Amino acid sequence: MSDRDTGGAEVVLRLSGITKRFGALLANDAIGFDLRRGEVIALLGENGAGKTTLMNILFGHYTADAGTVEVFGQPLPPGHPRAALASGVGMVHQHFTLADNLSVLDNILLGTRSLFSPSLGNAAARARVSRLAQDFGLAVHPDARVGSLSVGERQRVEILKALYRDARILILDEPTAVLTPQETTALFATLKKAVALGLSIIFISHKLGEVMEISSRVLVLRHGKLVGEVETARTDRHRLAEMMVGAEIAAPKVAERVPGPALLTLKGVETARRGNAPRLKGVDLELRAGQIIGLAGVSGNGQSALAALIGGLESPTQGRMDLAEDDGVDWSPRSALAAGIARIPEDRHRTGTVADFSLTENAILESYARAPMSRRGWMDWRAAEGFARRIIETYDVRCPGPSARIRLLSGGNMQKLILGRVLEAAPRIILANQPVRGLDIGAVTFVHNRLIAARDAGAAVLLISEDLDEVTALSDVIHVIYEGRLSPGFPRGTKTPAELGLWMAGQGFGEAGHAA
Amino acid sequence: MDLFDILLNASFWAAAVRIASPLIFATLGELICERAGVLNLGIEGIMVAGAFAGWMTVYLGFGLWTGVLIAMLVGMAFGFLHAVLTVPFGLSQHVVGLGVTLLATATAYFAYRLSLPEVTSPPKIEPFQPFEIPLLAKLPLIGPAFFAQTALTYLAFALVLAVWLLLYRTPLGLALRAAGENPAAVEAQGLSVTAIRMGAVIAGSGLMAVGGAFLTMSAFSSFFFEMVNGRGWICIALVVFGAWRPGKAALGALLFAAFDALQVRLQQTPMGAIVPYQLFLMVPYVLSILALVFMSRRAEVPAALMVPFNKGER
Repeated sequence: MSDRDTGGAEVVLRLSGITKRFGALLANDAIGFDLRRGEVIALLGENGAGKTTLMNILFGHYTADAGTVEVFGQPLPPGHPRAALASGVGMVHQHFTLADNLSVLDNILLGTRSLFSPSLGNAAARARVSRLAQDFGLAVHPDARVGSLSVGERQRVEILKALYRDARILILDEPTAVLTPQETTALFATLKKAVALGLSIIFISHKLGEVMEISSRVLVLRHGKLVGEVETARTDRHRLAEMMVGAEIAAPKVAERVPGPALLTLKGVETARRGNAPRLKGVDLELRAGQIIGLAGVSGNGQSALAALIGGLESPTQGRMDLAEDDGVDWSPRSALAAGIARIPEDRHRTGTVADFSLTENAILESYARAPMSRRGWMDWRAAEGFARRIIETYDVRCPGPSARIRLLSGGNMQKLILGRVLEAAPRIILANQPVRGLDIGAVTFVHNRLIAARDAGAAVLLISEDLDEVTALSDVIHVIYEGRLSPGFPRGTKTPAELGLWMAGQGFGEAGHAA
Repeated sequence: MDLFDILLNASFWAAAVRIASPLIFATLGELICERAGVLNLGIEGIMVAGAFAGWMTVYLGFGLWTGVLIAMLVGMAFGFLHAVLTVPFGLSQHVVGLGVTLLATATAYFAYRLSLPEVTSPPKIEPFQPFEIPLLAKLPLIGPAFFAQTALTYLAFALVLAVWLLLYRTPLGLALRAAGENPAAVEAQGLSVTAIRMGAVIAGSGLMAVGGAFLTMSAFSSFFFEMVNGRGWICIALVVFGAWRPGKAALGALLFAAFDALQVRLQQTPMGAIVPYQLFLMVPYVLSILALVFMSRRAEVPAALMVPFNKGER
């Protein structure tokens, strides 16, 4: 099939029969495919489908149990990133492999010269880096400390690292998972330039829209097997989603519902400044029972300040916060929990879970101090494990068992556990901060349906997301946040995405600011 | 005022530079290890082993520089042990480091007893002699302080520059620093984290041993128990004090040494007759702790310090 369209273009990479086991898990099962010059292949699959494992084998981080890799017709010795680099394979890792305390230039130069050569040759390298940056549209200051760069800039450094070593084949592992829409657009422009210059690209993703936009061919992985290969032009999002999940996907349905009383009301709330992050200015917000309130906005406009405030991590410096029956509370994480506010934190690794704790321990992080998890100061581990088992079952957390360390779980399963921990406590208010970031379709649908169910059961849900589609699909009322200020609430269907986009860019806030 | 008399006396500064020299060797050694991501708590024991090995070599009739070389090789051997256990095996760096210190100290004492069973007072060797650097030694105050020292002291200060050049001006230094910041970055650029970290620990341990050898071969002329006396631990603090930078760490060593030289001299002033001498002995440590508090608040710790790296682990 594919031979017809890509014509006689030279095969630059051939994987055949790649098999890799981790213990009982068959991560890659006899996978093989060709990559041609000037082609973008999308490697599509859910979390845990084996995409990253396959690419780590290609790049030499792992050694395959069986199978071979050929680059430009030459077999690639397994297990040596150096050999992969030398043969023209460059990899942009999902978790960037950058040293934060070193400069951009140092990160790029690392390993490019013999370790025993007397000098770094910075001047020539600097010129080369800036030329590459210009050719590929990868603006980044070579002397900046990597730790001070934004996520998008760090990714540019990762790509520059590969280009600096003359990569002809570029592997990008979930490159857009951490990017804003604007940064994604810029990345795609760079990739198109690279392809025009004859590079070949393997693009790992589970975002269908992006796959449709950037790739010429799609390979679908499921449970470690290559289950499909189609030309992008001959398929659509819906069919790709089915191939990926192996079943049909239903879009979430939000039925009309009359909202109940206000559970939490913010009036003219301001917060203190924290570093460079914007603080909240004169925020009015009403969280009503049985409603999903969506918060749209470009990241870094005060979302974290609002989440910290409602989560109890911060107290207002001005204004009022009133709970349904309790006015002017002293705001702290404990009182937020006591008020029935449950939190799905933005960063499940850093603040949502303790990586080396078991699933049981993670499941009771917010309830350990109360019966039935503990009585008279003693833990009741049997109750705790029962609770964890219930979450694992009800929320379909795929894991070896409740005593496994949560570090071993994929992002989606980790999020399901957090979701279970949050929802099993029957909260009145749910603070869902980026609840589906980095999750695959199956997990996204699951989380969304659970949030809708909680709303139908009478909870107030505050959904913070940078994905406008997600906000518009789920929310009964949408607020836009811009530089710490909140737009008025727009009921479902009263604003088009384009109109919301203008609010996200700051239009409409001028008058509101003066009026207040 | 006595204090001014002391500070304006060249012998005080000469003493400070002399006391700082072994600290500089060992601090640079520790700094190299930590920059690559390995905390080397074997430092105290490796200094003892170096002190003994260098001294013994000279006592047996070999040259002074041969003694330095042997001390360094012995240090590297213990460094190799430390490196194997902490890098490829990924064991706890604290436990391995303390183990190496105990092993190296005990081995040195045992070897001493074995080779000199009858001796009550340890024999002396002919140590490195100070030599004046022409012209520079004639400068007032700093001349006698800096330019009338032994060869090992000059070497210590030259090494500060050498280590700085290595770390910041060579590909090897870059790889070494990156291994301490994010080993995955090193691996992804096709280099071996294991080789770089092991090399750093072995080389660093060699320098620590030379620092120990300074004590027997350039300061006290003989070997006795407890002579290292916590200097290794001071060096660990000096690395933090110097924010993992060779120049600042060497300055820290000089500062500590100056306090040490000062307290000895303060004991001989009229004040020393009233105040218990133990209080003077505390001075350098107290002042070092204070300096550490103020200096290292904003230091950038190597991000992967004490984090083992296992290739291919998920």
